[in-house]
Amino acid sequence: MGDLSSEIWTAVRLTVELATSATIILLLVGTPIAWWLARSRAWWKEAVATVVALPLVLPPTVLGFYLLVVLGPNGPGGLLASLWGADTLAFTFGGLVIGSVVYSMPFVVQPIRNAFEAMGDRPLEVAATLRASPLKAFLTVAVPLARPGFATAAVLGFAHTVGEFGIVLMIGGNIPGKTKVLSVAVFDYVEGMQWHEANIVAAGMAIFSFIVILTMTLLQKRMARVGE
Amino acid sequence: MNADSRADSMHAETIRIAFRGRLGKFTLDAAFTTPAFGITAVFGPSGCGKTTVLRCMAGLQHLEGVCAIGADVWQDQSRFLPAHRRPIGYVFQEASLFPHLSVRRNLLYGAGEAEGNGIAFDTVTALLGVEHLLERAPRHLSGGERQRVAIGRALLSQPKLLLMDEPLSALDRDTKHEILPFLERLHESLRLPIVYVSHDMSEVERLADHLVLMKEGRVIAAGPLHELQSDPHLPLAVSREAAVTLDAVVQSYDQGDGLLTLSVDGQPFLVPIAAAPNGRLQRLRVAAGDVSLARERSTASTILNIVPARILTATPLGSYEMLAVLGIGAPEGPARLLARVTRRSWERLDLREDIDVFAQIKSVALAPARSEVR
Repeated sequence: MGDLSSEIWTAVRLTVELATSATIILLLVGTPIAWWLARSRAWWKEAVATVVALPLVLPPTVLGFYLLVVLGPNGPGGLLASLWGADTLAFTFGGLVIGSVVYSMPFVVQPIRNAFEAMGDRPLEVAATLRASPLKAFLTVAVPLARPGFATAAVLGFAHTVGEFGIVLMIGGNIPGKTKVLSVAVFDYVEGMQWHEANIVAAGMAIFSFIVILTMTLLQKRMARVGE
Repeated sequence: MNADSRADSMHAETIRIAFRGRLGKFTLDAAFTTPAFGITAVFGPSGCGKTTVLRCMAGLQHLEGVCAIGADVWQDQSRFLPAHRRPIGYVFQEASLFPHLSVRRNLLYGAGEAEGNGIAFDTVTALLGVEHLLERAPRHLSGGERQRVAIGRALLSQPKLLLMDEPLSALDRDTKHEILPFLERLHESLRLPIVYVSHDMSEVERLADHLVLMKEGRVIAAGPLHELQSDPHLPLAVSREAAVTLDAVVQSYDQGDGLLTLSVDGQPFLVPIAAAPNGRLQRLRVAAGDVSLARERSTASTILNIVPARILTATPLGSYEMLAVLGIGAPEGPARLLARVTRRSWERLDLREDIDVFAQIKSVALAPARSEVR
């Protein structure tokens, strides 16, 4: 039992690490994309938006396959890995983070883009007439006003990364302590007929998801009130 | 003084505007010059492009053209300063306060970037009566309070030009009357040129010194308010609400009768209103429909103000009415009155241009005090 629980805890720790790093990167990468999608008048921006949204409908196996190609020894990922003497990013924690970022991107970009669009041009125009440079206006007006969008994006990005399975299996494999996250652990336990352990992890994740969505809803309500 | 510096000092007094371009189906081709002091109202019906002109002046919109304030050129063929590089204040139709900042931080938002040239925080908050609101969140303010804070915020960014886009039109009647005195005080106490967009003639009559008339994307006239009001070729003078504003100086007050005597270019006017200090500048408003004409000075009349005048021009209004532009006060002086009379009376009295008559003014409205002393 001690072994088992330490195995579960390793998976929990790994899952949290993965989701946290992915969320941070998602916010850093997703915010400029969302800003551009909200503000640009380029005719092809919806094509970019569609590419960002693809993971919503693509089977994880398709995405996983392409990621494997990109991250593998013959792709740019392998080239990158050769910088520190490895030959591939597939089946590593780093590869998993990259995969998660791609996979969860729509869940982060969409709420932030919506928040930027909902505030309209006016607050930024006001800032400009008060001598705020575009960067200052972005940091002191756009970001604070889009706070509810950022909160939703962070929570969804985190939760969605925790919940991913297909991609992890495709590009991460099932290496304990390295790529074996909770969702994969459940699969593993079920395969090995370890119903009890599967139950613990599955129930834990169900409760986690419930709390996440409830918290997010309540948080959004509150922020919407404050932001009036 | 060499030629260059003379040209500079001439420019220093004017705002030069010319914008041309298409916005969807709408074509704007608007050009005017107006003095860089006092309030210039840009007036016209909704959709005539006046807001677009203001946005172009602010650099919020980019149409081809010229925008220069004195010797500072913000836009011409070769340059376009973005909005945040122009020393303007802009007051939008809706107050547009930042909802996530307190009143104080809203007021100070643009103040940090500005090189202070003397519009102090305490002065502005006192002028606008918002001292007691500083720690509040914008959502806890009334519409009028919000707009006052927005005006204060624009002023504290130390602008060289204040642009106001129908700042009162989103407010109800009472709130409007709460804000108008602040705008008048602003005009008196700060030496800041203001361009004020409006489609409400009563605001223009109260506030404006100069007027730019717009229609369907074009400027149809620009000049001093009273000149445009009394020009029979322009829509203002021939409209049903035609009126002139007159700059008057308080002369004396008759306590017993409650009558204030004011002088317009030497011509006295009696107005039943509360006392005001002698020498104070007041703005009078006389509607064309309140002025009738007589060949002789009537002594048996309840009308207080009977003013000798000369008919300068006469214009038929439809088939049954005439509009007369009258010169009053000093001969050839700038003061004008409008009179709208029936065609029948016109012919019965044998009225025509260039004859002397008496204008009987049934009512003179007083625009609120402008405390400048001449």
